[in-house]
Amino acid sequence: MKTEAAGNLLPLATVTLGILLLWYLAAIPMNAVLTTPKIAAAGGGFWNTLAFSWNEARPVLPSPHQVIREIWNTVFAVEPWSIKSLIFHLWITLSSTLVGFVMGGLLGILLAIGIVHVGSMEKSLMPWVIASQTIPILAIAPMLIVVLGKTGLPDIFTKATISAYLCFFPVTIGMVKGLRSPDVMQQDLMRTYNASSSQTLWKLRLPASLPFLFASLKVSVAIALTGAIVAELPTGAVAGIGARLLNGSYYGQTLQIWAALFVAAFAAAMLVWLLGEMERQSLKRMGAKP
Amino acid sequence: MMRAGVTVSISLALTILVALSFSRANPPTGQDWALSLAFVIFSWVAAWSLSWLADLVLPKVSTRWLVPTIFGIGVIAAWEAYVHASAIPVVLLPSPAEIAAKFASSLPTLAADFVQTIIRAVIPGWLMGCGSGFLVAILCDRNDFLRRGLLPLGNLVAALPIVGVAPILVMWFGFDWPSKAAMVVVMTFFPMLINTLAGLNASGHMERDLMNSYAANWSTTLLKLRLPAAMPFIFNALKINSTLAMIGAIVAEFFGTPIVGMGFRMSTEVGRQGLDMVWSEITVAAMTGSLFYGCLTLLERRVTFWHPSYRR
Repeated sequence: MKTEAAGNLLPLATVTLGILLLWYLAAIPMNAVLTTPKIAAAGGGFWNTLAFSWNEARPVLPSPHQVIREIWNTVFAVEPWSIKSLIFHLWITLSSTLVGFVMGGLLGILLAIGIVHVGSMEKSLMPWVIASQTIPILAIAPMLIVVLGKTGLPDIFTKATISAYLCFFPVTIGMVKGLRSPDVMQQDLMRTYNASSSQTLWKLRLPASLPFLFASLKVSVAIALTGAIVAELPTGAVAGIGARLLNGSYYGQTLQIWAALFVAAFAAAMLVWLLGEMERQSLKRMGAKP
Repeated sequence: MMRAGVTVSISLALTILVALSFSRANPPTGQDWALSLAFVIFSWVAAWSLSWLADLVLPKVSTRWLVPTIFGIGVIAAWEAYVHASAIPVVLLPSPAEIAAKFASSLPTLAADFVQTIIRAVIPGWLMGCGSGFLVAILCDRNDFLRRGLLPLGNLVAALPIVGVAPILVMWFGFDWPSKAAMVVVMTFFPMLINTLAGLNASGHMERDLMNSYAANWSTTLLKLRLPAAMPFIFNALKINSTLAMIGAIVAEFFGTPIVGMGFRMSTEVGRQGLDMVWSEITVAAMTGSLFYGCLTLLERRVTFWHPSYRR
């Protein structure tokens, strides 16, 4: 495992460097509309081209170091609770993400337990669980937010509802598979112990489903974050990553958009990593070999 | 059957009881929200136990379609009943009948939005995104260095909130459909790349050894063995992408659009409190999504008929 990770390091670094290089190169023609007059005024030349293309105030494509500087300015250089801080906006989005993630995860697990234990529930429910996902819910999420907002529930819950709706599906599908993963031999053993169905659930099915649960949760938490961001778009929300994106696109603040995107991406990666770590710990406790 | 019958009667009785006890106050009071929750739970149990009963009573052949249909009809009936019983304002929740009426009366608008969003943005974007993801996957397969560099990045990007790129793309490609199609391409590329790469590694050692002993070269092995073996994975990506494509196109419309398109219509109608129109668009989106998904499932069955999951 370790040697493979080390073997991937060189290709990964090469590809990353290649992308950075392409990025810097692309910034020159893409910003040309804005920079051509300035370069001409400064007397033209190769170095002037680079200097103006990579340091435009409202670029079409900002260069990587501009994005990093913007992230630094909005994350570390301001008070974390001021409206200018990305930490503040990230927290608003993350809090509803997490509430929705917990709600959706629990709903998904409960539905899966119902589907596994009651035969007719699978027949009547499963097609609708699948159909519910062909509706582009993420696209209609903003509308649901407006409607739910009129009911007077706190803002965080309306956003969390969207995240929960998106979350429950992978969890249900994964958990149904996981709860059914113990083979016939193990189920027969429980039967010879005269175990009730709830005992079978707690002692056999749930522990056996844990790897499936974590795999689904990792997918879920990433979509929960996406859901929370999209949910902020149309409500005229003033705080949150989504509001930051919308604001940036209204006022042409490209740097603001890119910084918000990268911080959201970092948060998503951290959430997935955290779940992976929890998975490793709990599977280790259950005696799984690494 | 006794238990199913008893559950149906009890839950139906409870649903009606709750329906009768709504205060019909406008705006709805706090007590109504508790009642609404109770109504949703009871009517859901009623619809489910009805389909349970149907499952027991009806002959086995017909249950695969009938049971979910009965459940669905039950849910729509409960929705209609809830709207009338609770006197909930139309701006919050229109009834299914109102939505159907609005749907029928605004067919030209819906068709124009459908063409703008689905035909111009979703389908070309989906084809381009899936196609380029597939080609890059083949390229990665040829060149191991590229694969080991791109795969971890692709896995990372697939977990990121990609919809956030929408405002940037609208800035680059303008307000009309090209920016939406570009959004769809970005959203569908990475799932296709990852799944195709996983699929290309799905063929077993034995089969590959067999191709080797036939002295088959890389392209023959790819065409005759590894691509067919990758098909279940590729179809999985195509299905995931069918939903992602709709999401991408509609969300990109929130960031600026000409005055036509499903996302545009939904966001403006919400502002004008025309919730029945919003639900009509949702119906169109849901039907298109299901149809898209259904077609892919049928095609998958024809292409991967050999897969164990289709064995009887």
